[in-house]
Amino acid sequence: MATATVSRPPWMNPPPVWVRGVKAIVIVCIVITMIYPLVYVIAMSFASPEQARAGVVFPTEYSLDAYRAIFNGGTVVNGLQNSLFITVVGTLLSLAATSMLAWGLVRTRQVPGAKIVLIGILATMFFSAGIIPNFMLIKYLGLLDSTWSLIIPGLISAFNMIVIRNFFQGLPEELIEAARIDGAGEWRIFLQIVLPLSKPVLAVMGLFYAVAYWNTYFNALLYINDSEKWPIQVVLQQYVLAGVAIPGAVVSPDQPPPPGVTLQMAVIVLATVPILIVYPFLQRFFTSGVLTGAVKG
Amino acid sequence: MSVNTTDAGPGTRTARAPGPSAPPQRRKLTLRQRIWRERWSYTFIIPGAAFFLVFMYVPMAGNVVAFQDYSPFRGIEGSPWVGLANFTAIWTDPEIITALRNTLIIAFLQLAFAFPAPIALALLLHSLLSEKVKRLVQTIVYLPNFLSWVIVISVWQQVVGGGGLVAGILDGFGMPGFDLMTDADGFKFLVVAQNIWKDAGWGTIIFFAAIAGIPSERYEAAAIDGASGWQRTWHITLPALIPVATLLLILNIGSILTVGFEQLLLQQPMVGADAAQVLDTFVYFRGVLGGQWGIATAAGLLKGIIGTILVLSANKLAKKMGGEGIF
Repeated sequence: MATATVSRPPWMNPPPVWVRGVKAIVIVCIVITMIYPLVYVIAMSFASPEQARAGVVFPTEYSLDAYRAIFNGGTVVNGLQNSLFITVVGTLLSLAATSMLAWGLVRTRQVPGAKIVLIGILATMFFSAGIIPNFMLIKYLGLLDSTWSLIIPGLISAFNMIVIRNFFQGLPEELIEAARIDGAGEWRIFLQIVLPLSKPVLAVMGLFYAVAYWNTYFNALLYINDSEKWPIQVVLQQYVLAGVAIPGAVVSPDQPPPPGVTLQMAVIVLATVPILIVYPFLQRFFTSGVLTGAVKG
Repeated sequence: MSVNTTDAGPGTRTARAPGPSAPPQRRKLTLRQRIWRERWSYTFIIPGAAFFLVFMYVPMAGNVVAFQDYSPFRGIEGSPWVGLANFTAIWTDPEIITALRNTLIIAFLQLAFAFPAPIALALLLHSLLSEKVKRLVQTIVYLPNFLSWVIVISVWQQVVGGGGLVAGILDGFGMPGFDLMTDADGFKFLVVAQNIWKDAGWGTIIFFAAIAGIPSERYEAAAIDGASGWQRTWHITLPALIPVATLLLILNIGSILTVGFEQLLLQQPMVGADAAQVLDTFVYFRGVLGGQWGIATAAGLLKGIIGTILVLSANKLAKKMGGEGIF
């Protein structure tokens, strides 16, 4: 780590060599602890059956059998499809509902009652009704065993709403005034001026929602009995943690099925891949600082 | 443009003094007039407000079953009222004592280890001068936060569980039978280690924001006065992190009875209820799976009330000690 030459302010003495050495070792250890488990799981999911059975630190012979078998089996694919539906539909609905509410609550001083609504929403960040009352509500609404039970209860997050509202409050008021004077209706202002100007914050919040929907586990466990409707996280728990064999997971009928461990690793990878795909996009916002502001707000 | 005042934004109205041509009837509007003028706002607010009402406030009323011998078949109307019987039953239930003990031990270990971890990590990363290295490390340590608990536990199972990576290596050295995931004695430390692995990296973000707000002149002045690197960290960086740390501490204390629900639910089958039963999992197993809705709801309700009291008192204490509270 070439820290010695990089823009050290003139008043800062370079630390002793041993301090730099210890720092480098600590950071390398942290990075390995964070990343190696994931790399190992990905690598093992591609390991050849012989190496997977033998148990190696890092496989050197590779095979796609685990993935072939999983895609033949259908259960995992079904879980992925369910999760994809929940994530896409849920994220779009959440963004629509959250930004609408945030825009309505921007002018708390002028709109009678808005302040009370805002406080009521903020308060929900500090309590929750509990597992059983929520279950009773979903049952009462007839949403048990429906995919919508995984979308609707998480439609608006109070925290995300506040972040979007903060962003809206920073929009140039003159622009919105001007549109109003030109006779644009409130919906038109919202859809054609406010939302396009708020793309950065909507992107970040959209990714947050998407990650939350993709990771949905407990609500599915609670509300969904029908294994056909399980999202991928429940499928993953069943086949990897509870150790149930994946039905029909064979490459072809005349070939022994791939070892359980590679199948498990492959399911983990399939459940993780979408997160890894959106992660670089999220990453862009860490550096641009939107997220820091968001977290602070 | 000033003719049609009903539709103009109110921002123009409050700040400006009325001009010479301002009509005298522009006094304060009545409440009804104000509501009518802002009627479009309500089309934006009402659906979202209804959502919070139905999904956050209505279930609160469902907590009345804590005072009932509730069964889903009889419903709330048909279930007999039992007063505080469920609450008194809690005190004599050995399982809930175990759950409470486990919850408190894990919460304490989290406060001791998982809470300071992001602060230490932020300080360490902050001391790196190379932006490139810093960004690379950040990219890596933020990632686990976005993985679900199911994925995290699955990955840990493959690495430190029976037959996993570490077990395989130790087996090669003649030490068979390594399996951290089913070890009841060390389980609570395992839980905290998982917490740190998943969340410490992401937790640094808020501290980075606080560090970025420190003017660099302050470091410069301290350096000129002869302060060493450690002294600068101790006397300049750390004090700047205290407000954020206090805020997080208050929130943490409020959720002290809520320790990683999914995390523990997922691992309980492997390590057993004695080690992994916490209040939330108790409510789930006893209520939803065990059918004792009344007792489970009472336990959940009690937990929620204690949590709210803890947040409010921690907030008050923080204010009393001269810091900033959240509200």
